[in-house]
Amino acid sequence: MSTPPQIRLGLLLLFAPIVFWLALLVILPHVDMLLISLRVRVAPREYATSLANYAEFFTEPLYWNTFARTAIMSVTATVMTLLIAFPVSYYIAKMVRGRSKTFLFLLCLTPFWVSELVRTFGWMILLRETGIVSSLLLWSGLTDARVELLYNDAAIMVGLVYTSMLFMVVPLVTTLDSLDDSLVEAGYDLGGNSFTVMRHIVIPHAMPGIASGSIVVFMLTLGNYLTPKLLGGKDSLWFTDQIYTQFITRFNWELGSAFGFLLLVLSSAIVWIGLKLSGQTLSATVR
Amino acid sequence: MIPSIPQPPAFRVAYGAYVTLFFLYLIAPLVVVAAFAFNDSLFPSLPWNGFTLDWFFGDRQPRLGLFHDHPLLRSIGVSAFVAVWVSVLSVAAGTCNAFLFERETFPFRDLLYVLMLAPLVIPGVILGISILVFSNTVINSVDAVLGVEIDALRPGLLLVVLGQFAFLTTITTLVISARLRKFDVSLEEAASNLGATRMTAIRTVTIPYLKPALVGAGIVAFLMSFENFNTTLMLVGSDAPLTITMYDRLREGSTPVLNAVSLLLMVVSGVLGLISIFVQRDRTAP
Repeated sequence: MSTPPQIRLGLLLLFAPIVFWLALLVILPHVDMLLISLRVRVAPREYATSLANYAEFFTEPLYWNTFARTAIMSVTATVMTLLIAFPVSYYIAKMVRGRSKTFLFLLCLTPFWVSELVRTFGWMILLRETGIVSSLLLWSGLTDARVELLYNDAAIMVGLVYTSMLFMVVPLVTTLDSLDDSLVEAGYDLGGNSFTVMRHIVIPHAMPGIASGSIVVFMLTLGNYLTPKLLGGKDSLWFTDQIYTQFITRFNWELGSAFGFLLLVLSSAIVWIGLKLSGQTLSATVR
Repeated sequence: MIPSIPQPPAFRVAYGAYVTLFFLYLIAPLVVVAAFAFNDSLFPSLPWNGFTLDWFFGDRQPRLGLFHDHPLLRSIGVSAFVAVWVSVLSVAAGTCNAFLFERETFPFRDLLYVLMLAPLVIPGVILGISILVFSNTVINSVDAVLGVEIDALRPGLLLVVLGQFAFLTTITTLVISARLRKFDVSLEEAASNLGATRMTAIRTVTIPYLKPALVGAGIVAFLMSFENFNTTLMLVGSDAPLTITMYDRLREGSTPVLNAVSLLLMVVSGVLGLISIFVQRDRTAP
């Protein structure tokens, strides 16, 4: 079957934006970043290919400690987000009906129309030494002096979980909503209690939502810059901050590129493993 | 644990209390940001010194209000400029991509689709530095070959627009594809049978059908561009968008004028969000 030439031309025109976009703004920049991470400066304007930047990452404890710390904190934040979001999502999906259900669901989404910067600013006002929580504690007599609640790991965690909530609640509500009530009733009729019904019926059904929510939350947390920096202060030790320091403060683009590539590899690996374990594909997850 | 299965009252109360606490947690930071925009004090913290509108309308230091704070106003302008460009470009590219993936068949289609999704899983900081590195390489190569320095590719607004465009196009493509998928192709064929050329059929039949998705995608792109921080931070030059200016002030410690800006942002994005929900609602219509 031969296609009229003008239609082939149309197809080529349709290709133009995606080729420009993916090649010039996504693929080539990342290839270039990889190449730069593989070179070292031997003299002004002279470079040699080497793995020295990666070697520096593994030999300097500060770097790989920060990397490991970022990964562990991200996993913790993901688990906490899941544990906090699950009962709420279940409540919205199964315990309420009609208008109040729509209302509660939309209420969950509202904070996320606001910039992350504003949300973090809110937490700073709440948690700082002269802030609301500290004043409440003093007023209620629980502490006898003002306490600084900012600039520690717990503050970072509160902020990260807060910022991630939407990306967990939406997939959870969607999957739990599709669970037929009669399956839950059947579980009870067959002698199950709340725990066994939860474990054998509800959680297996919600697994795709749990998986895609956790993947997205982990990825966003790992790449987060604002929340750890503002709530954790100078000692936040977040890996994206290391990348920023190498690029903008130290102007060491070679090492910075190596860091960027390592973070990209970790992030993609976790997404890939998560998708494989839950038996999903990226294309299916975004639909 | 569904309403039709009886539960002990203590459990119901505890569950309700938990959900209430959750919503308090969700709302608390936004409420305090908004409330302290009206506090008559030089710092956004307690004690509450009474109500004032100075942080919006105050016209001299140290009580310079938002509407007289020229650096802040200028950065709002910069953000709006970037956001308009990014949303126009990403909606245009997203529309082309939607037609490409929903209508055409070509070799390596699935591979290209996965590549199209890739920007979703690249952390914003890394997308930023990779574009920074590559634009620098382009400048150096062109300089070496032609002896011309392309200053436009130095960190600045062009790079910020390109960096945000790089990940927002994935989102606009997904939104527009979702609606195009539901379009009944026989409507276009009917237009062709009535004598329309393919372009006319698309312009008069398909594009009007896509309009809610186009407007919705545009609003989402505008908001996400306006609020973007990570990618922008790496690519910004001397003209700082609002998020960068706010970040710098936040670190220095600022007067409640920041609360005023934040409240303004909340109101504007709330209104835009409602518009986008409203526009996309007629999605069920044929």
